[in-house]
Amino acid sequence: MPTLLDFRRRIRSVKNTQQITRAMKFVAAARLRRAQEAALAARPYAKELIRVLRSTISRIAEPQHPLLERRPEEKVLALVLTGERGLAGAFNTNLLRRANEFFRANKDRKLSVIPVGKKGRDALRKAGFNLIAEYINVLARVEFGTVREISNLVTDLYAKAQIDSVYIIFSEFKTVMSANLTVEKLLPVDPEQVQEGIEGRADSQVDYIYEQPAELLLDRLLPRYVESQVQRAMLESSAAEHAARMTAMESATKNAGDVIEALTLHMNKVRQAAITKEIIEIVSGASSTA
Amino acid sequence: MLPEFMELVIVTPTRQLVRTRARETTLPGANGYLGVLPGHAPLMTELGIGELTSRGETQTEPLSVVRGFAEVLPDRITVLAETAELAAEIDLERAEAAKARAEKRLAAHDPNIDWDRAGVALQRALIRIQVVRKYRGVPANSH
Repeated sequence: MPTLLDFRRRIRSVKNTQQITRAMKFVAAARLRRAQEAALAARPYAKELIRVLRSTISRIAEPQHPLLERRPEEKVLALVLTGERGLAGAFNTNLLRRANEFFRANKDRKLSVIPVGKKGRDALRKAGFNLIAEYINVLARVEFGTVREISNLVTDLYAKAQIDSVYIIFSEFKTVMSANLTVEKLLPVDPEQVQEGIEGRADSQVDYIYEQPAELLLDRLLPRYVESQVQRAMLESSAAEHAARMTAMESATKNAGDVIEALTLHMNKVRQAAITKEIIEIVSGASSTA
Repeated sequence: MLPEFMELVIVTPTRQLVRTRARETTLPGANGYLGVLPGHAPLMTELGIGELTSRGETQTEPLSVVRGFAEVLPDRITVLAETAELAAEIDLERAEAAKARAEKRLAAHDPNIDWDRAGVALQRALIRIQVVRKYRGVPANSH
């Protein structure tokens, strides 16, 4: 039978946990806001870039570029974007499960992986995948330098034909409560996809004066396009991670509250029982002496 | 009838810097500076490293622009810069330090250095410094 003191200790310890989870929730909420702002700030560039790229592609009869070249998919590279830390509910588990599905579906091909985020790195390394590179501690604050480094690496490998396609697996931020697990093809760039990617102005048939040949512009535009795709995925994933953590910590805080309530009720019952017992003892003692 | 103003939009991968109406804009094209007035023929160009200035109802502060693209339409200019900074945001000391660093690297006869990168770094620092100087030279009431 636990004593009153035991209950007090348990309650105190749960209260401490609750304070921590509550603080983590607020931190995650603040980071989520920042990540959303960053994602929003990146949108105008991506939108304009796609518009310019689309009109450039439509101007070239047979667009030729290493990043547009399709090869039979024998060597597949996957960029896996996970969280940096745990305590984010099922965020990392879900994403890794989706990644594993992808790996199973492509198991006949030569797979290589670039994890972004510590959780994914640890899990994929343990699973024995061929890690070409790894990026950790980059998602807390998505720096454009990192984005460029990652996309330079993959475009380079692709242009040298060391890989035949690049996929990016990440959680797309939908709402605070839910994220979409997404697998997108990063390379080769699909001109069709660029065409339909965005609702556009009706001016895509304008005849531009080109200061540089259109092919040269295409050569400069395509890497920027890949960069902006990688950047978007990283920003989305970072926002989704913070959202998942916020939700997880909120329910943890609530659970701790429930536990405290139950423990307090139980403790009061035990105390009351002890008091009642004492009174009975006193009363029965008094009546026996009378 | 030519439009009187052009919409000038300057965006970088991390943010939208400028959205304004301009009467006249000078862009740092990869093949040299180009002045653009409203009603310009549609044009697409790569940008080099340089200074972007524009004039609308009032003089606007200059920007340093490092590479990217510009699309010119009769009533609209879209600048997709890799990096761009308003003159007021540029840290002069940092730019000077970067300049000194790049010069030192170029002066050292080290065969292993990335000439291209060091050259770009130097140009970028020089443009930043130039933009800041010009901006501070402008009397305060004109913008």
